[in-house]
Amino acid sequence: MAEETYPDDLRYHPEHDWARVEGEEATFGITWYAQDALGEVVFYEPPEVGSEVTKDQAYAEVESVKAVSDVYSPLSGEILAVNEAIADKPEILNEDPYGDGWLVRVKLSSPSEVDELLDVAAYRKLLEDE
Amino acid sequence: MATAALKRTPLYEQHAKAGAKLVPFAGWEMPVSYEGVRAEHLAVRSGCGVFDVSHMGEIETSGPDALGLLQRLLSNDVSRVDVGGAQYSVLCRDDGGILDDLFTYRLDDGRYLTVTNAANHERDFEWFAEHADEFDAGVSDAIDRYAMLAVQGPEARGIVAGLAAGELPKRMRTTTIDVNGAETLVCGTGYTGEDGVELLVPADDAAATWDALLAAGAKPAGLGARDTLRLEVCFHLYGNDMDEDRNPIEAGLGWCCKEATGFIGSEAVAAAREQGTAQRLAPFVLTGAGIPREGNAVVLDDQEVGIVTSGTMSPCLEVGIGMAYVTAELAEPGTEVEIDVRGKRRPARIESKPLYRREETDG
Repeated sequence: MAEETYPDDLRYHPEHDWARVEGEEATFGITWYAQDALGEVVFYEPPEVGSEVTKDQAYAEVESVKAVSDVYSPLSGEILAVNEAIADKPEILNEDPYGDGWLVRVKLSSPSEVDELLDVAAYRKLLEDE
Repeated sequence: MATAALKRTPLYEQHAKAGAKLVPFAGWEMPVSYEGVRAEHLAVRSGCGVFDVSHMGEIETSGPDALGLLQRLLSNDVSRVDVGGAQYSVLCRDDGGILDDLFTYRLDDGRYLTVTNAANHERDFEWFAEHADEFDAGVSDAIDRYAMLAVQGPEARGIVAGLAAGELPKRMRTTTIDVNGAETLVCGTGYTGEDGVELLVPADDAAATWDALLAAGAKPAGLGARDTLRLEVCFHLYGNDMDEDRNPIEAGLGWCCKEATGFIGSEAVAAAREQGTAQRLAPFVLTGAGIPREGNAVVLDDQEVGIVTSGTMSPCLEVGIGMAYVTAELAEPGTEVEIDVRGKRRPARIESKPLYRREETDG
């Protein structure tokens, strides 16, 4: 299991998802808190490339030994790429939630939505209140 | 139940020390995992794991007609168990509904020990006591007398043998020997599909035995791995794969029912055996992605044809596996069905038992 970390360069969604925004594209994943709350991840099925994701809506499910959880999209757009490796080795989500554990890469349809996401300080504050 | 304090086994401190995640289970605070379910599962398949199963109960039946009482209660032919023997059976109601599944060990002439499931122990004991009056036999609740450790895996016997002052019993045999200095009832049984033993240790000695097993190389394993291990080899879990509403025939447990003994429920079981049952319990694997879970519907041609009673991701087979009650004629290996997993239809195939087979070794 990875150490608890929340990188400074990411933006966060209150449902414990992160976005790494690079111009009009972004990579999404789940936070350290999310994978820790889930426990040992045993199943993840990537969405289809080309499908649309909408901010605040679920786009995938992740299943651990104890629970099934929706993964929420922090931003809206079209999926450009999915991380197939996680389907074969779901424990990557526990081991490296911000690196090899990325879930999808998205072409953003409304880049201004980024302003609605939390920065690391605001997300940490939210975790303290959980 | 909501306000009742959870019971703790004599190994509670050991679990805390080993970093266990503890969860409520059948009124007990039990370790669900330590390092992780998958790692513990694989340790049992390749080396040795030790489980605290002290939440399981024990009932001692003794007296001149102990055999008569057990023959009336248990579905199997208890007269076939010699001293030092072990036998699996179910406990039925008069209508054949399953009250529990049990292992019974014959300790001596006129002295037997029956191991119960935690959630059923009190009900089982009352059932035993209620019927004991008709026989020259007594029953005593032995749950507080023992801690129970299941030591399982290809290296389990070697590890226990290193602590034992005598020869370990063979499979399905039991004997009392000194293990780590404590008089221990050692049983050649388990719930994982691996070789190994179960140890009934006096409660006060259990912590020392646990520590010695860990020091000798056994890995602590929790209820999470116990469940995935038993499901890979299609061992039933009471409350999931059978209950009072199921009879042993539909549960696939007809092999441990000997109706000629006249046990309570034998007429209903004989009728079910002769007439057949509407449904049968069958193991299955998903042929694609997904994890089946308890309560998922089994579907064929858009018709619901059954219900999943146990499901998991198999750490050894690396596919979703489970057991389901399905329409009897579908309960044949090779039948293609679908499992409705939260609205997604997942293709599945009925298989034969066990789903996982231990690799043959020349050891």
